Amino acid sequence: MSLTETTYLVVGASFALYIFIAIRSRAGSTQEFYVAGKGIHPVANGMATAADWMSAASFISMAGLIGLSYNGYGGSVFLMGWTGGYVILAMLIAPYLRKYGKFTVPEFIGDRYYSNTARIVAVICLIICSVTYVIGQMKGIGVAFSRFLETDYETGLFSGMVIVFFYAVLGGMKGITYTQIAQFCVLIFAYTVPAIFISLQLTGQPVPQIGLGSTLADGTYLLEKLDRTLLDLGFQEYTTSVRGSTLNMAAFTASLMIGTAGLPHVIIRFFTVPTVRAARTSAGWALVFIAILYTTAPAVAAMARLNILQTLEPQPGQHLAVAERPAWFKNWEQTGLLGIEDKNGDGLIQYSADPDTNELVTLDNDILVLANPEIAKLPNWVIALVAAGGLAAALSTAAGLLLAISSAISHDLLKRTLMPDISERQELMASRLAMAGAVLGAGYLGLNPPGFAAGTVALAFGLAASSLFPALLLGIFSKRVTREGAVLGMLAGIGVTLAYVFQHKGIMFIPGTSFLGDLPPNWFLGIEPNAFGVVGAIVNFSVTLTVSRLTAPPPASVQQLVEEIRVPVSSS
Amino acid sequence: MMDTNDVTARQVYWRENRRWMLILGTIWFIVSLGCGVLWVEPLNQLQVGGYKLGFWFAQQGAIYTFIVLIFVYARVMARLEKRLGFEEPEA
Repeated sequence: MSLTETTYLVVGASFALYIFIAIRSRAGSTQEFYVAGKGIHPVANGMATAADWMSAASFISMAGLIGLSYNGYGGSVFLMGWTGGYVILAMLIAPYLRKYGKFTVPEFIGDRYYSNTARIVAVICLIICSVTYVIGQMKGIGVAFSRFLETDYETGLFSGMVIVFFYAVLGGMKGITYTQIAQFCVLIFAYTVPAIFISLQLTGQPVPQIGLGSTLADGTYLLEKLDRTLLDLGFQEYTTSVRGSTLNMAAFTASLMIGTAGLPHVIIRFFTVPTVRAARTSAGWALVFIAILYTTAPAVAAMARLNILQTLEPQPGQHLAVAERPAWFKNWEQTGLLGIEDKNGDGLIQYSADPDTNELVTLDNDILVLANPEIAKLPNWVIALVAAGGLAAALSTAAGLLLAISSAISHDLLKRTLMPDISERQELMASRLAMAGAVLGAGYLGLNPPGFAAGTVALAFGLAASSLFPALLLGIFSKRVTREGAVLGMLAGIGVTLAYVFQHKGIMFIPGTSFLGDLPPNWFLGIEPNAFGVVGAIVNFSVTLTVSRLTAPPPASVQQLVEEIRVPVSSS
Repeated sequence: MMDTNDVTARQVYWRENRRWMLILGTIWFIVSLGCGVLWVEPLNQLQVGGYKLGFWFAQQGAIYTFIVLIFVYARVMARLEKRLGFEEPEA
C-alpha cells in the first residue's frame, strides 16, 4: 500500500471514530451543551483538557521552535510557560470558578463585578483571544491535509470544518469532551512513537526523556555532541543559548504561564467535573497528560536537530553532496519547508550560522516533527499516524475554542444581557446556531487569513494574561475590588499590551505601520512583544487596585458571593 | 444565616488554603523562574548524566515538579475539607 493510501486509511479511521462519538453524545439541554452536564470524571476531563490545550502548534511546531528558532535552551520558555500555568490554574482559579458553578468565564466576571459592562468587556476579550487562536488551528488543518493527503488547502480545511461542525453543533461540550478524549489518544500515540524510535536509534534508550541525557554510539553525551557541533558551525551552544536576556526569558515564561491560566477555553473545561475537589485533581491529570508530550518535545528537538546536522556533515569537513541527498530531503524540498542553494558551486551542502555561506537556505521549524519519521526511516504507518495526530491536535483545540466563543455569544450576550426572557429550549437552539456561525466564521478566516494571523500567540496569550487573568484572580481573592476597578483594569491591561505589540509589529500586524520598528534596541527593558503580557498584567493589577480604592466598595451580596466561592460547600 | 462555628471553620479553611498556596507557590517559582532561568548558569556547572542541571530544570525538572505540586495541593485540600466537614456530596 502506498504512503498516501495508508494515510487516507489512518486519517479516515480516526475521523470515523470522531463521528461515531458525536452521534452517541448529543446534547439535550443547555447544561449538557455548555458544561457536559457536569458529570465528567476528573481523569477523563484531564485527558480532554490536554487535547483541548495542545494545539497544532504544540504538536507540529513546538519541537522545531525549541530545536531551531530558539536554539535549545531559549525554547524552555514554551516548556515551562505552557505547563507552569496549570499550577496557577489548579490553585488560584479553577476550584473557585467550579464552585461558582455557572457556564462561562464572562458570566463570572459579569456577576462578580455586578455589571453588564464588565460582562461585555470580558466577552470582547474572550472573542479576540479565541478568534486569533482558532485561525491558527484552521490553518493547521488545511496544511496537514495538503501535505499528507495531497489535497489542496481549501479541500483540507473544508473537510476539517465538516467534522468539527458535526460534533460541536450536535453535542456541544458533551460531544467535544468525548471526541477530545479520543483525539488525545491519537495525538499522544502519534507523537511518542517516532520519538521512541529516534531515541532508540541514537542512544539505545527507549525513553526519550532519558535518551536526551544519554550517550551516543561513540560514547559522548548527546547534548555535548550537539553543543560542540553547533559551536563548530558558528551557532551558539544548544544548552546555554539564552533568548534575548534573562529578564526577557523570565517575562516570556511568566506571560505564557498566566496567559494559560486566563484562557477561557481551558478554564471552562474545569466546569465539566462534578465537584471542586475533582477540579483540582483534574488539573493535575491534565498536566500529567500534557507533560507526556511536553517532556518528549525537547528530546525530539535535540535529536532531530542532531540527525539533520549529521545527515549534512557526517564527519567534520565531510559535507553531503547535493546529488546524494536522501529521498526525504527531496520530498520536503517540494513542500518548501527545506531549501538548498549551492552558493560556492562545489556540489556540496555547507550548513553554517553565517547567512553568506550557509547553503541550507530554508529550514522550517515544522520539519523537525513532520519529517522525523522519514529521517529515522520508520515505516509508512508511523508517517500516517503523524498526519492523524496533527489533525487531532488541531481539531480538538479548534472545537474547544469554538465552544468558548459560541457560549459567550449565546449565553452571555444573548441570555444574560440582550434577551433574558428566552426559554432553555430557545437558548439551546441559539447556542447551536452560534456554534454553527463560529465554525463558518473560523473557516472563512482560515481561507482568508488576515495579516494579523501571524501574531496569534502574541495576541492570545498577551490578551488573556493582561485582561481576563487579573480580573478573575482579584475577583476571587479580594472582596474590595469594584466594577469600576475591574473594567478600567481590563481595558488598561489589554490597551497597553495591544499598543506594545502593534507599535513593534505593525497596527493589526500590517507591515510598515509599526512606528517604533521591530528592533530589539526599541524594546522596553529588552522585552520582546510576545513576552509583554506580564507587563500588561501588572498594569491591569495596578489600575484595578488603585481605582477600587477610590470607588465605593461592592454591595454586600457580592462580598457574600466571594465568601461562598472560596469554600467547596455552601454556608448553612 | 451562618452560625459562628461555620464562620470560624470557613476562616480556618481560607487561612490554611492561603498558607499552602504560599508554600507550593514558592516551590513553583524556585523550580521554574529560579532554577530554570535566574540561576541557570551556576546550576549548569553541575552535570547529571548528560544533562547540565540548569538546562534539565528548564526542559524537564520544572514540569515534573509542577505535576507533584498540583497533586500535593489537591491532597492537602481534600484532607483539610475532611477535617473541617467541608466535603462535597458526590454528584
